[in-house]
Amino acid sequence: MSGSYFSAIFGKSPVRPLQEHMEKVLSCVSELSPFTKALLGAKPEEMTAHYEKIVMMENEADALKKELRMRLPSTLFMPIDRRDVLEVLTMQDMVAGSARDVAGLIIGRDMKIPRSMAKTYKKLVKRCIDAAGQAYIAICELDELIETGFGKVERKRVGRLLVKLDNIEQDTDELQVLLRSQLFELESELPPVDVMFLYKIIENTGTIGDRAQRVGSRLQLMLAR
Amino acid sequence: MEFSLWYLGLAAAFGLFMAWGIGANDVANAMATSVGSKALTIKQAILVAAIFEFAGAFLAGGQVTSTIRKGIIDAASVESNPELLIFGMLAALLAAAVWLLVASRKGWPVSTTHSIVGAIVGFAVVGIGVDAVHWSKVATIAASWVVSPLLSGFLAFAIFMSVQKLILDTKDPLSNARKYVPLYIFAVGFILALVTLLKGLKHIGLDLSYMQSVVVAIVSGIITMLIGIFAIKRIKIDPDQDADFRFTNVEKIFGVLMIFTACGMAFAHGSNDVANAVGPVAAIVSIVKTGAVAQKSALATWILLLGAVGIVLGLATYGWRVIRTVGKNITELTPSRGFAAELAAASTVVIASGTGIPISTTHTLVGAVLGVGIARGIGALNLRVVRNIMLSWIITLPAGGILAVIFFFLLKGVFYNGPAI
Repeated sequence: MSGSYFSAIFGKSPVRPLQEHMEKVLSCVSELSPFTKALLGAKPEEMTAHYEKIVMMENEADALKKELRMRLPSTLFMPIDRRDVLEVLTMQDMVAGSARDVAGLIIGRDMKIPRSMAKTYKKLVKRCIDAAGQAYIAICELDELIETGFGKVERKRVGRLLVKLDNIEQDTDELQVLLRSQLFELESELPPVDVMFLYKIIENTGTIGDRAQRVGSRLQLMLAR
Repeated sequence: MEFSLWYLGLAAAFGLFMAWGIGANDVANAMATSVGSKALTIKQAILVAAIFEFAGAFLAGGQVTSTIRKGIIDAASVESNPELLIFGMLAALLAAAVWLLVASRKGWPVSTTHSIVGAIVGFAVVGIGVDAVHWSKVATIAASWVVSPLLSGFLAFAIFMSVQKLILDTKDPLSNARKYVPLYIFAVGFILALVTLLKGLKHIGLDLSYMQSVVVAIVSGIITMLIGIFAIKRIKIDPDQDADFRFTNVEKIFGVLMIFTACGMAFAHGSNDVANAVGPVAAIVSIVKTGAVAQKSALATWILLLGAVGIVLGLATYGWRVIRTVGKNITELTPSRGFAAELAAASTVVIASGTGIPISTTHTLVGAVLGVGIARGIGALNLRVVRNIMLSWIITLPAGGILAVIFFFLLKGVFYNGPAI
């Protein structure tokens, strides 16, 4: 006799796995900080070590993503839309992906950041990591959201977290503009191909912030339902 | 009657076996939410179940028992041949018990209530005649199987919404929990006491008027509430635990509430499901005693006691293991939702018990859980499993019926020596 069929009505909530995935994404993105430090300090060995860590964690995040996708059948009845969960997940994964892109490009082309841009670039990286961190904080509110049945007070709280995320993302936009103008000043002194790729790096780094913000907007859509 | 002692002995044995089965299997579903949300340890759950299943069965099990005993079959149809009803009721008990044994071995979601009702209707139609069944009563019972999960789902939804408005979705959930949780505890005590009292405790020598019942119910509600307030006071609030999940301490207070709703759930389950075991026994006993299909005779107290003891025996010998298994598998349910589901289900079931309608406790609880889910309160529910549970009666009714017919003719072949029919 088992008699345990009743417990089978409770499915596995996607919230915890979603948060774990974002946690992994955040640690992957955070690795960009020591990576950039090594880059600006011209320490190639350290850079490679951090790059490898980034790749490893991106792969781990990818595995978590696939695992969660697998156990989200359409017969699950959840307080959040299945499609929203999957889209938040994809967006989270893309945050890690863009961190890997940036590091990969820098390693692959053995790029240097011009001295006059170093300080601003470091700031940009920091703000992008902040954006990912803020997105993680917002995603951490998901269990509180479900606890309160997406109540008004809790939704407002999450709303405030998302406003802060938007502000951080705006910072990253402004830093990108500043970096581009700094690079423009240097254009004539640098090899043209390097210039092209420096623009690319600025853009790719900014993408981290953009995508972190889009994690937030997806979360906002969940709240609106 | 020639085989009177045989009949009585078999009835008591089958009834006890059926009650044992209910205690071994069914109780787990009623208690699992409390164990799963860690409001109760296994030991506490077993203690609560034993005490309140017994109380529910003994104090409030009479109404449904009399429905099973004489509400489904028209006594006039077997007046000339009361023994047929004895065979039928024995067959129904045996059929339901066997079917439950098979189903629970296979892990099928099967309701005791559906099994026994299907079995009684089955033997009556084939063994006596289509007219022997009170079809209007059967229709009411069948309708209640649809209505009861809906009602408890709606109640659970409303209760959970009120919890959000009053406690969870406020600026200070902790102090609101302290303020409002005792009111829900009051509701548990009040509802259980009221339904039990209104339906009369004549069989234990207590006969109260309507107003007296209401007053006693309010008093029991208040007493329950005071115990609750005392228990909440003893809870240690540790702000550090709220770092990861901000409602950890609030949930502890709901944990206290859930101890009370678990008692309510066990009481409700006992009051409705004991009838599945002792209803047929009661019918047999009254025929054997009077030699006729007596409709007026009162329900003997010892029969309810037999059922109550059987359930506790089932719980003690086997049910505790099932509770442990089922409880372990429910990890996503916190006390704030578990209590809402339990309070809704328990209220629905005791109301059904009071009106004498046999319903499925598990279905009612599943309905309540869905209600909380619809209020966006539960992480994930497997709709396919829910559907399978809800539709299980489509197989259970005919299965119980067919088995009962087989046993009916077997018993008739062995014992019957009356006039040919």
